[in-house]
Amino acid sequence: MYSVNYHRASSVADAAKLLKSGDAKLLSGGMTLIPAMKTRLAAPSDLVDISRIAALAGVTVSGKTVTIGAATTHHDVATNAKLAKACPALTHLASHIGDPQVRHKGTIGGSIANNDPAADYPAAMLALDATIITNKRKVQASKFFTGLFETALKDGEIVTGVSFTAPAKAGYAKFPNPASRYAIAGVFAAKGKDGVRVAVTGAGENGVFRSKEMEAALAKKFEAPALDGIKLSASDMMGDLHASPEYRANLVAVMAKRAVAAANG
Amino acid sequence: MSDVSLTVNGRNVKASVEDRTLLVHFLREHVGLTGTHVGCDTSQCGACIVHVDGKAVKSCTMLAAQASGSTVVTIEGLANGAELHPVQAAFKENHGLQCGFCTPGMIMSATDMIRRYPEGLDEATVRAELEGNICRCTGYHNIVKAILAASQAMSKAGKGKAKKAA
Ligand SMILES: Cc1cc2nc3c(=O)[nH]c(=O)nc-3n(C[C@H](O)[C@H](O)[C@H](O)COP(=O)(O)OP(=O)(O)OC[C@H]3O[C@@H](n4cnc5c(N)ncnc54)[C@H](O)[C@@H]3O)c2cc1C
Ligand code: FES
Ligand code: FES
Repeated sequence: MYSVNYHRASSVADAAKLLKSGDAKLLSGGMTLIPAMKTRLAAPSDLVDISRIAALAGVTVSGKTVTIGAATTHHDVATNAKLAKACPALTHLASHIGDPQVRHKGTIGGSIANNDPAADYPAAMLALDATIITNKRKVQASKFFTGLFETALKDGEIVTGVSFTAPAKAGYAKFPNPASRYAIAGVFAAKGKDGVRVAVTGAGENGVFRSKEMEAALAKKFEAPALDGIKLSASDMMGDLHASPEYRANLVAVMAKRAVAAANG
Repeated sequence: MSDVSLTVNGRNVKASVEDRTLLVHFLREHVGLTGTHVGCDTSQCGACIVHVDGKAVKSCTMLAAQASGSTVVTIEGLANGAELHPVQAAFKENHGLQCGFCTPGMIMSATDMIRRYPEGLDEATVRAELEGNICRCTGYHNIVKAILAASQAMSKAGKGKAKKAA
């Protein structure tokens, strides 16, 4: 790791100020950034630690509205009893990110800001039509995730939380890479008041995406057999040493059926 | 440089270190606690697991500066003098180790897991919870056995409501 200056922010405003120094980066759980710094893939001049800002942590469920602070750890999402009632698919998703030690540190804000094409949360945010809240504005998930490791965040912008309306039904199924637990294909299916939304992670060449084909089939009947015979095109799928585009195209349909079955379970 | 101040195994520790110092190196090189190991250095193997403010974390993926102000427990902090912690005793009893390299991390992971499942553990849960720990010797069987035995012993000692081990 190259040398770096560490700062601990006391508030979001303080963090925004600290971010202005040199080539500073936010540090939340560090479960992506620290490994990247160790391999010198990232070399910020300054780190602004936001993980101890109390206002950024915690899950609130009020009626059907769910709000999750950016610095809430995967562990705290996974074990939140109110959220388990309002949207069990999301607590399930959080409980399958990485391993227990990664979940104790890693945060939802860091995960969505990083927008790894194989990360779990982006699929949930897109399928739940979530709003990403920053220190400057609110952005719909569909406008937030813009490509591989790319988001709509501007320089110095800080994600402070996410919010969404609890869906009537939702399910998440992923086929994890056996070594890293990141998704080789992961599908989040949700049935809300505005219809069915199906988001896919791990598989798309441009990162997380919605499958209009599967959404149309499920809009008729929100049951796994509604997806029988669906063939997704391999041309937009990622191919790597773990799985070919054709394999992923098939796997996405299998995960989608499992996600819908879980939603109805 | 960062002035890092921590409570490690009940002792106050202060040092001025480079900001990039990882917690694991701080513990091993500045505090002299070499029981915490570095296996992979890529956040995968769990040999470096310690408890920070009561939660198991990988100390190779955290800066010492991030932990400043926190309470840290390492493998050296578990035994009560010459008396092994129940998890350590169970690893010994069940041959839960061979070369021993992964063992500190396994035991710190196990104690954290047992804390989070006070109602008791079953084999499938233990195996899923060991996702972040790699052992290249044992094949995991005896590690799982040891954790189940420790969980039973500890909940018996506690409230006596352990689930039957698989
Ligand atoms: C062994 C291992 C296994 C993993 N497995 C999975 C998995 O199965 N699924 C999965 O989805 N992820 C997985 N991860 C990644 C993990 O979920 C990370 O926690 C997450 O990707 C990043 O969150 P963080 O809080 O650790 O962010 P950090 O590492 O602290 O930051 C990541 C990036 O986001 C920026 N950032 C952080 N917070 C904010 C904010 N509030 N606003 C704007 N920018 C911000 C940082 O500057 C940095 O560029 C794994 C990681 C490890 C080490
Ligand atoms: S040395 Fe930390 S996880 Fe392997
Ligand atoms: S006992 Fe040798 S690595 Fe586990």
